[in-house]
Amino acid sequence: MKVIAAMSGGVDSAVAAARAVDAGHDVIGVHLALSSNPQKYRSGARGCCTIEDSHDARRAADMIGIPFYIWDMAEEFHAGVVENFIEEYAQGRTPNPCLRCNEKIKFAAVLDRATALGYDAVATGHYAITRESEVGRTMHRAIDPLKDQSYVLAVLNAKQLAGAMFPLGDTKKEDVRKEASVRGLYVANKPDSHDICFIPSGNNAGWLRDRLGSAVGPIVDEDGNQVGEHQGAYTYTIGQRRGLGLSVPAAGGVPRYVLKIEPKSNTIVVGTKDALAVTTIIGEMPIWCGVPPVTDTEHRGFAQIRAHGAALPCTYTTTEVSITATLDEPLLGLATGQGLVIYDGDRVVGSATVSATL
Amino acid sequence: MDIYLDHAATTPMIPEALEALTAQIKEFGNASSLHTAGRAVRKKVEEARETIAAVAGCEPSEVIFTGSGTEANNLAIKGFYWKATEADLSCNVVVVAAFEHHATLEPVEWLEEHEGAIVIHIPVLKHGLVDLDALAEIIKSERGHIALICVMHSNNEIGTIQPVAEVVALAGDIPVHTDAVQSFGKVPFNFAELGATSATISAHKIGGPLGVAALILKRGIDITPSLHGGGQERDIRSGTLNAPSIVAFAVAAQWAVEHREQNYSKVSGLRSLLAKKIKDSVPDARFNGSSLQMLPGILNVTFPGTDSDSLLLALDNAGIASSTGSACSAGVQRPSHVLLALGLEEHDVRASLRFSLGITTTEAEINLVGEVIAGVVAQVRSAYSVGSKRTTEGEI
Repeated sequence: MKVIAAMSGGVDSAVAAARAVDAGHDVIGVHLALSSNPQKYRSGARGCCTIEDSHDARRAADMIGIPFYIWDMAEEFHAGVVENFIEEYAQGRTPNPCLRCNEKIKFAAVLDRATALGYDAVATGHYAITRESEVGRTMHRAIDPLKDQSYVLAVLNAKQLAGAMFPLGDTKKEDVRKEASVRGLYVANKPDSHDICFIPSGNNAGWLRDRLGSAVGPIVDEDGNQVGEHQGAYTYTIGQRRGLGLSVPAAGGVPRYVLKIEPKSNTIVVGTKDALAVTTIIGEMPIWCGVPPVTDTEHRGFAQIRAHGAALPCTYTTTEVSITATLDEPLLGLATGQGLVIYDGDRVVGSATVSATL
Repeated sequence: MDIYLDHAATTPMIPEALEALTAQIKEFGNASSLHTAGRAVRKKVEEARETIAAVAGCEPSEVIFTGSGTEANNLAIKGFYWKATEADLSCNVVVVAAFEHHATLEPVEWLEEHEGAIVIHIPVLKHGLVDLDALAEIIKSERGHIALICVMHSNNEIGTIQPVAEVVALAGDIPVHTDAVQSFGKVPFNFAELGATSATISAHKIGGPLGVAALILKRGIDITPSLHGGGQERDIRSGTLNAPSIVAFAVAAQWAVEHREQNYSKVSGLRSLLAKKIKDSVPDARFNGSSLQMLPGILNVTFPGTDSDSLLLALDNAGIASSTGSACSAGVQRPSHVLLALGLEEHDVRASLRFSLGITTTEAEINLVGEVIAGVVAQVRSAYSVGSKRTTEGEI
C-alpha cells in the first residue's frame, strides 16, 4: 500500500512510520504544521509542532529512509479544533480537542488529501488495534492499558477507519521506546506530550480569558441564592470543588461542587456531592466506528467519558442522532461537551458528544 | 527519473571548480600568515580576487569575501546603516524593494526592531519591476534622512531584472546596495558601469562551492563591520580566508561569465520550451513576472485551483524537484511575499511554483516534465477540491 505516516516528531509516530516501512508499504512521512506561529522549542511535555519537533520528525524520516514533507494545516486546525474549543467553552461545555483533531484533521483533512494524491492510508503513532471482520474493519483497545488511545480515535467513521493504520496497538509503550533506541532513532527518550498542544503555557483558564474576556457572574446554590462570584464561567468544570472562593458557607459546612454552568445567564450553580450523581448520559451527533448498532434497542456495553477514564458498565440505546447510556453505577460529575465513547468489550462501537446528563 | 529544476536554490558545481577546490584544499596554510606557506595561499586568494574583479567589473580591492550571500547582505545593510546613523542620527531611513530576498528583508527588519530604523518599502509593479516613480517620491520626501536604498539586481522567485542603474541615478549620493546573487554570471553585470555602492555575489549559484560569496564595496567607502576579529578583509570582514572555496569561486565566476551568452541562450530556450509545455498541458496556468530583461532560467507558474504543498510532493514523487518560494524555520511553506507584492491573491500565491533551470538541464528533461505535468496538476486539483469542500462544510 501507499501510506502517509503522520510524524509529529515524537517517538511513537517515528516507530509507527518505521513499522509501516518494515511491513512492506511505500511510505512517505508528513509533519503537520498546525500553528501558523510555531514556538521555537518544546518546554517539557507541553506543546507540539515546534520548530524542534519538525526537525525531529525530519531526522526520524531520514533515518528510516523515507521522503519527508511538511503540510501546513494551520488554517484547518484553527477552524476545526481551536475555534471549536473556544466556542464550546463559551457555551459552558468542556470539549476534548484531541477528539476534534482526529476527527477533522488527521483522519479527515490529511486522509482526504492523501487519498486524492493516490495514497491508501494514513499511519499514526496512536495506540489502538484494528481488525478485519465479516462486517468490515473494527477498532479495539490497545494492549497497553496505560497508553490505549481508542477513546480519542472513537470519532472515526467506518470510511476513516478504513484509511487508518495504527502500527503500535499491539505493543507496550516501554517496548516502543526500546525499539526506537534499537532502530537508532534519537527521539527514543523524548518525553511524551500531554496537555493541550495549542496552549503551550499550560494555563488553559488564562488562555481562554484572553479570548473570551472575563465576565464576572454569580455563583449560586441550588435554591438560587448567591454564594459567591466568578471571573468567567468557562474557567470552571462540572464536579470542580477547589478554587470556588465561596463567600457564604454551606449549611453544616459540607463541601460544594460545581453542578451546572449556565452560559446564557453566566451563572455557576454549586451544590453537594450527591447532587453530582449521573446515571444517564445523553450524547448527540453519534459517529459509528463500523456498523452502527440497531437503533431503539437496548444493548449492553461500557461507557467511557474521559481519555484514560474507567469503562463503566451500562445499557445503551441509540437513534440516528443520539446515544443514551444508562450506567449500572452512578458517576459523580460529568461536563457536557466531553466525548461519550461506547465499547462492546474491547471493541469501540462509536462516540457522541455529551449534551445532557440525568 | 531525477529532474532537478531548482537551480536558483543551488546548482551543481562545474567540474573545473570542483577540481580547483579539491586541489587547493590539499594545500596547507593560512592566507594571513607571513611565512612561505601562508604567502603561497595568499597568492592564490589574490589571484582569485583579481579574476572575480575582472569578470564583475570592479577593482580587486573592492571584493570582500564572505561566508554566504546572506552574510554579504547583512554586512552591507547593517554596515551602511550604522555608518550613516553614527554620523547623523536622523539619517535612519532604509528604503527597500518590497520583494527582496529574506537575506535583505530580515536584516532591514532587524534594524527596524532593534536599532530605530524607519523602513520604507518600494512597491512593485504587477509585472515584477520596482516602481521607480514611487522611489522618486520616497527620495524626494525623505531627502537627507535615507541611510541606504536596497534594490536587488534580479528577483530570485520570478526572474525579472530590476532597473538598478535608474535607481542609482535617482539615488544621487545615497548609497545603493544591490543583491546580484541570481544575476552574476547569468546576465550582464558590471559593477562599475552599474554605479551601485555595493553588490552581493555568490559562488554556489554559478557552479562554485557552497559557503563562499563576496560583497563588492566601492573603494574608499568603509562601512561598520558586523564580525570583529583579525580584520582580514579590508578591516570590514574578519575570519580566516576560506582559500579553497575562494579559488573555486573564481574558476566558476570566470567560466560563467566567459560562457554567459551561450548558457543564456541554451537555458532561456529551455525555459520557453517548458512554458510552452505547461501552457499546452494546463491551459489556465499563468506565468508570474515578465519584463524585457529576465533571468534565463526562472519560470514562476500559478496553477489555479491547486496548493503548492501538494504540487511539490506530487512532482517530487514523479522525480521532479521544484520550489515553492521560501519556507519558515519550521519548514512550513510561507505564501511568497514576492508574489503578494506583485498583487496576486493569496489563494493564487499558494497555488504557485517556481521552476528554475540551469546549464545541466536538458531538453529531454523538459519534455518529460511536459508529459507528467497535466496529470500531476489534475491529481492535486482533485485533492484541493476535496479540501475546499470540507472547509466549506466546516464553516456551516
